[in-house]
Amino acid sequence: MLDQANFLVPPIYYVALSGILFILGMVGVLLRRNAILIFMSVELMLNSANLAFVAFARSFLDVNGQVFVFFVMTVAAVEVAVGLALIVAIFRTRRSIDIDELHSMEG
Amino acid sequence: MFEQYYPIAVLVLLATVLSIIVVFLSRIMGPRRPTPKKSAPYESGMSPIGPAVRRLPIKFYLVAVLFILFDIEVIFLLPYATLVRELGVYGLIATGIFVFILTIGLVYEWKKGALDWE
Amino acid sequence: MQLPILESINLMAVLPVLIIAGWACVLLVFDLLIPRSRKHWTAWLALVGLLGAAVALFFQIGHFARLGSEAAFDGMVTVDGFSIFLQVVFVLTAIVGVLLALDYLPRHGIERGEYYVLLLFTTIGMMIMSMAADLIVVFVALELLSIPLYILSGFAGMRETSEEAALKYFLLGAFASSFLVYGIALTYGGTGTTRLTGIAQAVTSDALNLPLTTVGMGLLLVGLGFKVAAVPFHMWTPDVYQGAPTPVTAFMSVGAKAGGFAALIRVLVTAFPAIASEWGTLIAVIAGLTMLLGNIVAISQSNIKRMLAYSSIAHAGYILLAVAAAQRSENASFAIGAVVFYLLAYALTNLGAFTVAIAVERDDGTGTEIDDFAGLGKTRPWMALAMALFMLSLTGMPISGGLVGKVFVFQAALQAVPGDPLLLAVVIIGVLTSVVSAFYYLKVIMVMYMREGEGKAVLPLALKTVLAATAFGTLVLGIIPGPVFQMAQRAMLK
Repeated sequence: MLDQANFLVPPIYYVALSGILFILGMVGVLLRRNAILIFMSVELMLNSANLAFVAFARSFLDVNGQVFVFFVMTVAAVEVAVGLALIVAIFRTRRSIDIDELHSMEG
Repeated sequence: MFEQYYPIAVLVLLATVLSIIVVFLSRIMGPRRPTPKKSAPYESGMSPIGPAVRRLPIKFYLVAVLFILFDIEVIFLLPYATLVRELGVYGLIATGIFVFILTIGLVYEWKKGALDWE
Repeated sequence: MQLPILESINLMAVLPVLIIAGWACVLLVFDLLIPRSRKHWTAWLALVGLLGAAVALFFQIGHFARLGSEAAFDGMVTVDGFSIFLQVVFVLTAIVGVLLALDYLPRHGIERGEYYVLLLFTTIGMMIMSMAADLIVVFVALELLSIPLYILSGFAGMRETSEEAALKYFLLGAFASSFLVYGIALTYGGTGTTRLTGIAQAVTSDALNLPLTTVGMGLLLVGLGFKVAAVPFHMWTPDVYQGAPTPVTAFMSVGAKAGGFAALIRVLVTAFPAIASEWGTLIAVIAGLTMLLGNIVAISQSNIKRMLAYSSIAHAGYILLAVAAAQRSENASFAIGAVVFYLLAYALTNLGAFTVAIAVERDDGTGTEIDDFAGLGKTRPWMALAMALFMLSLTGMPISGGLVGKVFVFQAALQAVPGDPLLLAVVIIGVLTSVVSAFYYLKVIMVMYMREGEGKAVLPLALKTVLAATAFGTLVLGIIPGPVFQMAQRAMLK
């Protein structure tokens, strides 16, 4: 289904790149302990999906995939707003955003 | 299929080689008489004391966050702008609703004092 | 250039959502004019909006009975029996969410008008989720559901636990969302469309890119699994449920879960019927693990909110079993009926249980241990009786909605693929873990009646109303489940 002809760089290259970015982001989330860095890794994952969407949309000559990217970007912006606010609030009370120090609840 | 990129590759190569040569030349040919004042890092005439990263007021976060929200909405207006005639009244109404909802957000943050610096 | 005409947008079909959405925007501005000491006005206004939506829903039920399901926004959303039934559940849950907060917020010094506005926004997300017919709508609705909930769980900002809950929920929720988005991207790449019915067609056609679609579906399941708190994606649940303000916990344990299941069913049953036996097997395994983990870990909990969190994981397992039973189209309507019936019964029971927890909780956020329930049997006999009913219903004892729900779920699973050893095994696990669950649910009853204690509780009128309504609902579902289950069965997907 992925038509490789007629493209300067075949779409599958972009999809492969997006896969690499997604995995990098995932590894970042799992290994990092700083809330901001974790959050940046999540953004990387979201944007890798955007790249895949655009690449697929281009290869299908279909506009829906590109429209999806708009929505993902908007939602990502909203997540940034909420996330930064939460992280700043936590930093104000604890002077630290290391997620290993978030353990006031046990059970 | 990468043929069109050859000139760019040549340019990148030339720029790299040239800048290396220039830096290297000034190293060997220029006179070097260091004094404590001279070897101190340059910071626009300020004395470089204290941590390199200065703390910014937390208000910057708020402005940044609000900026992102309103900035990103442009991506919905831009496609509309390119097709404004084809979309006609329907597009005008739809975009109008969208902008109206954004305005509600603006009114909210204004009244909450998020836009006041002091 | 072809433009969507007004009929294909069909605003009337989504009228309840529009009412709440418009009202939430009005309320956001209106709240600015209300003085700080009068924030309960915002609550009452939010209730007015929700009641307006309830009236619109009532007319929609009649409309649906006459004309059947319809599509809106050019087929992006479907208003069918499934979505109408769940929308009723969501609106009721939101009404309860407002009533629970009415006294709780001022008592804890965290009363702000935004609570009610955010509650309305997340309710819209849930409602749209139940009618999604396109993966774009699934994604946007899921985020609209989640993002206000992140803020709400941090609403008691000065409490360390609340802040912590919000950040954990946010980070893990955003992580899960990115899995969902990437899954949608790959599904789109494999099938060439994001429309659920279009995906179903593409899956059976030659044009399908099977590896991409399979991986995409897997990532979609991971993303939705987080939202419904299925094992192994359940880790956030206990901390978030414990740390969030209790009315928020009550609301999200019911609403967010039902929303997640709505999306799960829509995606699996509508878009992937061709590979149903594969996802059926996968979901059944996850269901078994979820029941086991939720029920076993719940035994050792001493905090009521944490215990109910593990209990909610366990119940997600039972509902997943019914989802797995929807894998064959002949059985799908019964299985989906079982899912929505179970969701309704769980909603009533769990909201009731949290209402009692709110009444017992003290103003500084303590008083959430199970030991704090000691003596309630003497000081608050009616409330203790209601709590006993809720605990019995969660266990699955007779004359409660919980038992009927479980019976339907197990029946659906046994009918799904007759003689299938896996489903049979999971049903057996379900029955056994229900017995295990009696340990920790009955412990609460025992503490209330058998142990001496102060038995202090604050029970204002709003909480009394909720308690009476949820207890009555739980009993009705337990004694005469027939009519509701018939309605639930009509809640088939279009």
